[in-house]
Amino acid sequence: MPHDTTLNSPEKARKSGGLNIAQVLHSPLVLPLAGLIVVSILMGLASENFFSVSNIMNVLRQVSINGILAVGMTFVILTGGIDLSVGAVMALSGTICAGLVVNMGLPGAVGLAGGMLVGVVFGLFNGALVAWGRMPAIIVTLATMGVARGLGLIYSGGYPISGLPPWMSWFGIGRIGIVPVPVILMFVIYVIAWVLLQRTPFGRHVYSIGGNETAARLSGVKTQWIKLAIYTISGLTSALAAVILTGRLMSGQPNAGVGFELDAIAAVVLGGTAIAGGRGLIFGTLIGAVLLGILNNGLNLMGINPYLQDVIKGFIILLAIYIGREWR
Amino acid sequence: MLEMKNIKKSFGKVEVLRGVDLEVRAGEVHALLGENGAGKSTLMKVLCGIISASAGTIRIDGEECAFANYDAAIAAGVGIVFQEFSLIPYLSAVENMFLARELRNRFGLLDRRAMRKRAQEILQQLDVDVPLNAPVSRLSVAEQQFVEIAKALSLDARILVLDEPTATLTPTEVERLFKVIRELRRKGVAIVFISHHLEEIFQICDRITVLRDGDYIGTCDVADVNNDTLVEMMVGRRIEQSFPPKLEILAETDIVLDVEAVQLKRGGPVSSFALRRGEIIGFAGLVGSGRSETAMALLGAFPGATCRMKLEGKDVKFTEPADALAAGIGLLPESRKEQGLITSFSILRNISINNYGKYRKNHWFIDLKKELACTQKAMRQVSVKATGPNDRLDTLSGGNQQKVVVARWINHDMKILIFDEPTRGIDVGAKAEIYQLMRELTKQGCSIIMISSELPEVLGMSDRVCVFRGGGIVATVEGEDITSEKIMTHATTGRQDHAA
Repeated sequence: MPHDTTLNSPEKARKSGGLNIAQVLHSPLVLPLAGLIVVSILMGLASENFFSVSNIMNVLRQVSINGILAVGMTFVILTGGIDLSVGAVMALSGTICAGLVVNMGLPGAVGLAGGMLVGVVFGLFNGALVAWGRMPAIIVTLATMGVARGLGLIYSGGYPISGLPPWMSWFGIGRIGIVPVPVILMFVIYVIAWVLLQRTPFGRHVYSIGGNETAARLSGVKTQWIKLAIYTISGLTSALAAVILTGRLMSGQPNAGVGFELDAIAAVVLGGTAIAGGRGLIFGTLIGAVLLGILNNGLNLMGINPYLQDVIKGFIILLAIYIGREWR
Repeated sequence: MLEMKNIKKSFGKVEVLRGVDLEVRAGEVHALLGENGAGKSTLMKVLCGIISASAGTIRIDGEECAFANYDAAIAAGVGIVFQEFSLIPYLSAVENMFLARELRNRFGLLDRRAMRKRAQEILQQLDVDVPLNAPVSRLSVAEQQFVEIAKALSLDARILVLDEPTATLTPTEVERLFKVIRELRRKGVAIVFISHHLEEIFQICDRITVLRDGDYIGTCDVADVNNDTLVEMMVGRRIEQSFPPKLEILAETDIVLDVEAVQLKRGGPVSSFALRRGEIIGFAGLVGSGRSETAMALLGAFPGATCRMKLEGKDVKFTEPADALAAGIGLLPESRKEQGLITSFSILRNISINNYGKYRKNHWFIDLKKELACTQKAMRQVSVKATGPNDRLDTLSGGNQQKVVVARWINHDMKILIFDEPTRGIDVGAKAEIYQLMRELTKQGCSIIMISSELPEVLGMSDRVCVFRGGGIVATVEGEDITSEKIMTHATTGRQDHAA
């Protein structure tokens, strides 16, 4: 095997530090992006409205909630974990937020802060149980999913809490220029997540836990604290999604978000993140979420029976994972 | 019996085998020798159908065969015991031996009694005693290996490949294994024996085939060669496997780490030792004697252990390895793949993993340029051979992987480094480089604890040796007393001090 020992040559450094075509082709983003383009073209052919600016904005707005939930899910899955509680925590967070404002007459800002707190507390709880309790994430978050859902229903008696101040609808249906506020919020969250994952030691540690937790721990990575942090991030993104949901519905809905955790997982996996952890990119998740949104939107535009839509989506996800399974 | 002719194999553009011949006779132990990356494992994978050769023929008993997969090779009488075992940890020895070809009774249910009886017969032939019902994860490494060999034999293997079977065995266990091999040879089994230990080859093998960088170098009778000629065939140049000279450690040199008491589990033996600055202490003993566990306990990574120690005169207590790192103690673990490296990540990511403190930008962010520069500097310091820092770890040889683990720690100004089996599974040339690196570190004032199952290494590197037995230190030897005989006596028959 030929060995190159000229590591110190600056050319080498540039080449290995920069990009080349082989590296681009091996990027985990290639397949999701190809999928996105193919599906977009198909949808464009099927419906002339698809590529209109208003429809694109509409799709992105519909994607925003799942897109934000999927950010937290990406952090969790990159460590090899999973968070099933995101949908229920989102519902509870929105319900508490509305309850604080409507039932207790507190200012909207306090309501929003309360909602955030709910997300963070549940995230800390999940993270502590997974990290120090050494319990499997799937079981811990399955249980807290039930807890969060139940608490929301108890608090609200099962009914939506409406009567929020009108300005809160800005988060759900407002626009800046032609771009919906939730879309801007989503992009901002993605950029922050990208910086965290790619430009901070914390992000590298997240990847290393998914790559080999024992090796990471023995090299001095504080694996338990990192895990606590990523589940907390997931709780926080659930609460942020709740802000958009509450703004859009102008009420706290204790029954909202059922099954959203599965859409978030689908977005992460469609985005090329390995379910075992260690490998994946945050913008892959964005592509995955948009891909799912386009499927929903396109199938709707085509007037396909909603029950059939679920079946089609399921098979498309299977197909995507099948194509991507050996891709490296 | 087995004849492989002109075998070629390339992965992409890289030729890993360039026309290799191997001929093994019935009732012969044939050594396959070569440095890491020479193509031994690839050749064996071709033999047992796991990968297919680009060119060449395989004949068994004169009949040409090309195995489409592993099962076909097994059916033809090829058995292989991999370096990494393929046992299922939660199943018992019997269940593992009959996995996927369970014996059934007339109702189509498992015939457990028949399987147990057959397993016992085979293990008796080997003259080894292995618990049959316990999950194999509770067996020692040697016992697991015997189960693997028994499994191959239960398949009526006429050609048995042993890929570095002795790497994780203690000398007594190696003796047991050799007894088994001699028994098999007497029965007419053709055995391919892969090992890095030359003395073992002289002890057990009849003929030797040497590979180097995918080339066939030659085949010779053991009687016709000696250590030096073999090494020369392997590396193409003469390397005397020598150890860098030991440093003079004065008795009054200050003590860096004073371990007053370490106990692995409640009621177990309590050990104590002290490590001086710039000293290498060897931890010798049999596999399972508590050496690695003690090292882990020092870092706070062994649950259930209690430890009282002073680092540079101050009481310290670690609850996780990150604390130990902050205090200046690092571990290079025993198993590179499971505990040391993230093999699917790049060299850069593997070295950076605990070095981020050194290249930060605006406190929170990674300075990517500095990261690359530091990584390349570390790679040069330990001379990692690779095309660049973005190479994935699983494309490197064992020796280079180990150098990456060293590189991770080299710029930390560590006070103490614990090397657990630093040269396991790596070739002669890389070993010498690792030894040199260890000495360099001690010259810079770092102290080293070296856990090793290879006696020559313990003798050649250690300033003092702590001998373990039954979970604790039974003796500490130094100076003239560091001899194989003394160490082995303590390790196998030493008095156990159970402090109250």
